[in-house]
Amino acid sequence: MIPLSWYLIVAALLFVIGFYGALSRRNAIAILMSIELMLNAVNINFLAFWRYLTPEDMAGQVFAIIAITVAAAEAAVGLALVIAIYRSRDTVSVDEVDLLKG
Amino acid sequence: MNLLDPQTIAPWFIKVVGSLGLSAFWTQLIWDVIGSVSLVLFAIVSILFIVWLERKFAARVQDRLGPNRVGPYGLLQTIADTIKLLTKEDITPATADRVSYNIAPILAVFSVFMVMVVIPFAKGVSGADLNVGVLYITAVSSLGIMAALMAGWSSDNKYALIGGFRVVAQLLSYEVPMVMAMVSVVLVSGSMSLQKIVGAQAGGRWFFWVMPAVFLLYLTTALAENERTPFDLLEADSEIVAGYHIEYGGIKFAWFFLTFFLNTLFLASFAATFFLGGWRGPFAEQVPILGFVYYFLKTTLVIFFMMWVRATWPRLRIDQMMSFAWKVLVPTSLVLVMITAIILKLGLSPFWETGLLLISNLAVILVVLGFLGRALRLGIERPKRRVVA
Amino acid sequence: MVMRVVFVVVSLFTLVMAFMVVSHPTLFSSALYLVATFLGVAGLYVLLEADFLAVVQVMIYVGAVSILIIFAIMLSRGMMGKRTSSHNRQAKWVALASLLLAILLLYFITVLMRWPAVQAGPVPAGAIQMLGQDLVGRYVVPFEVASVLLLVALVGAIVLAREREI
Repeated sequence: MIPLSWYLIVAALLFVIGFYGALSRRNAIAILMSIELMLNAVNINFLAFWRYLTPEDMAGQVFAIIAITVAAAEAAVGLALVIAIYRSRDTVSVDEVDLLKG
Repeated sequence: MNLLDPQTIAPWFIKVVGSLGLSAFWTQLIWDVIGSVSLVLFAIVSILFIVWLERKFAARVQDRLGPNRVGPYGLLQTIADTIKLLTKEDITPATADRVSYNIAPILAVFSVFMVMVVIPFAKGVSGADLNVGVLYITAVSSLGIMAALMAGWSSDNKYALIGGFRVVAQLLSYEVPMVMAMVSVVLVSGSMSLQKIVGAQAGGRWFFWVMPAVFLLYLTTALAENERTPFDLLEADSEIVAGYHIEYGGIKFAWFFLTFFLNTLFLASFAATFFLGGWRGPFAEQVPILGFVYYFLKTTLVIFFMMWVRATWPRLRIDQMMSFAWKVLVPTSLVLVMITAIILKLGLSPFWETGLLLISNLAVILVVLGFLGRALRLGIERPKRRVVA
Repeated sequence: MVMRVVFVVVSLFTLVMAFMVVSHPTLFSSALYLVATFLGVAGLYVLLEADFLAVVQVMIYVGAVSILIIFAIMLSRGMMGKRTSSHNRQAKWVALASLLLAILLLYFITVLMRWPAVQAGPVPAGAIQMLGQDLVGRYVVPFEVASVLLLVALVGAIVLAREREI
């Protein structure tokens, strides 16, 4: 049987990889992808705790489903924003979208 | 082993091989390999036949003879064509992204073959009777969209790219009403397992009789998901030459070709499973081997319908295709799901439940057709606005 | 033992693919690696015996989110040229910070925290039915809020991405 902590380690590493991508990529779409990675890491944790601590209570799975829903909504709105920015500024690099910088 | 009952083959096989001294693990493994290989072989052989049938049928509709040189009635024409395709030179465009260009056709075939696992061929006979079967079908078939997108992007060709765009626009739009149609079926049968859906259609209560509107909805979306006329904009020859697989030749094109006809076969067999009672028919319970026969008959019937549409209908324009999905099919499917859920919640006797479902479905068909007719008369389908790119 | 080998293979695959997502310079390849990562995570869900979630993961992430992302990449193709690097100037420092965070988290998980040494019990037979009943019973409010959120996101995305009309 696989120990619970193994799942937590994988989730933590996935989260860190997403964290690195979200802060280091230039492209807005790449940042969105990294955020999706982080959300996936969180979901692994939800399901791991559900499986090992309370398999007869579905709270963990319900929470994971809600997280997936929110992730989907976030991707849709985020990509729509990216496309709107691309249309008006002709770039999706977050360094160059700096109108508010004065 | 009772040859009339395919369910007894697996235990018999395991007993025979087990007596040879193999461990249970290996016996199971050999049985699984035999099962999956025969499934794939069955699919490929029936594709050879379906391709021939389609060409012959289209030829008859268009007052031609169709293939008639190779073998009796041209039956071996497909085999000759396959050999020709397989022996062609394998070309990769110089500017293509090699990895995704080569993975795309494999992924396409892979995604359709994975769907095959859950098809119930006869009583108790299916690759695996998953209890999330319907959901599994939708999940796996979305991999196919991925494959088309990869092919369209990696070919580095503008027609391929436009084809890729159209794949996403069309397949995602039509997936929504298709899933909704499946949801209605799942609601009435009370299970997502395909064997149990067939089981719920006992005693001639096929869902085709109970929910004709849902059946029509499913058939329409199946035509679109299969990229058939009137929804074949993905490979409209007169507009974008061949769509996402324009740069593919030889064996890689053969994969896409195979995917197209496998999709036809599986969408038709799901129509038969969901609405036409699957393997059900006279004496199918007592003599399970008959289930195969009924299953094939019904699937072939649906395939014939799809060929008929393909041979006779003109192609839609792309804005018509999109507005048909979002303004007609999606609202209709949502209404149908709501009606089904409400009727099931009333807790009526089976007779009244079936009757009410049938009446409401017929009403939905009439209302939708009425609206469509009015819209066509008023010419609302014509684009009035100009859009700045 | 077999399970452990499978687990290690699946999670290594997931992590390597995730790393390729954040490090590959070509955006489209990144997106394809992202698909592979999602499939790997679905594999982890199968190992956790959450079949429903595994199928949902494939359907939503591979079937919808990744396709949306690739679509956006194809729509804004102008920036796919390699005139600037794909990572920003602070990438080195972020890498260092991520490494520190990883070490911290691993230390916390493996050394500091005493996890209850539980063996995972059996998953109840009607898990999917229970899940469905919970979604429209005990957790009906979050469920409805999530659906309203989806509706709002749908309308918002259309409004944002809509082209200007004359």
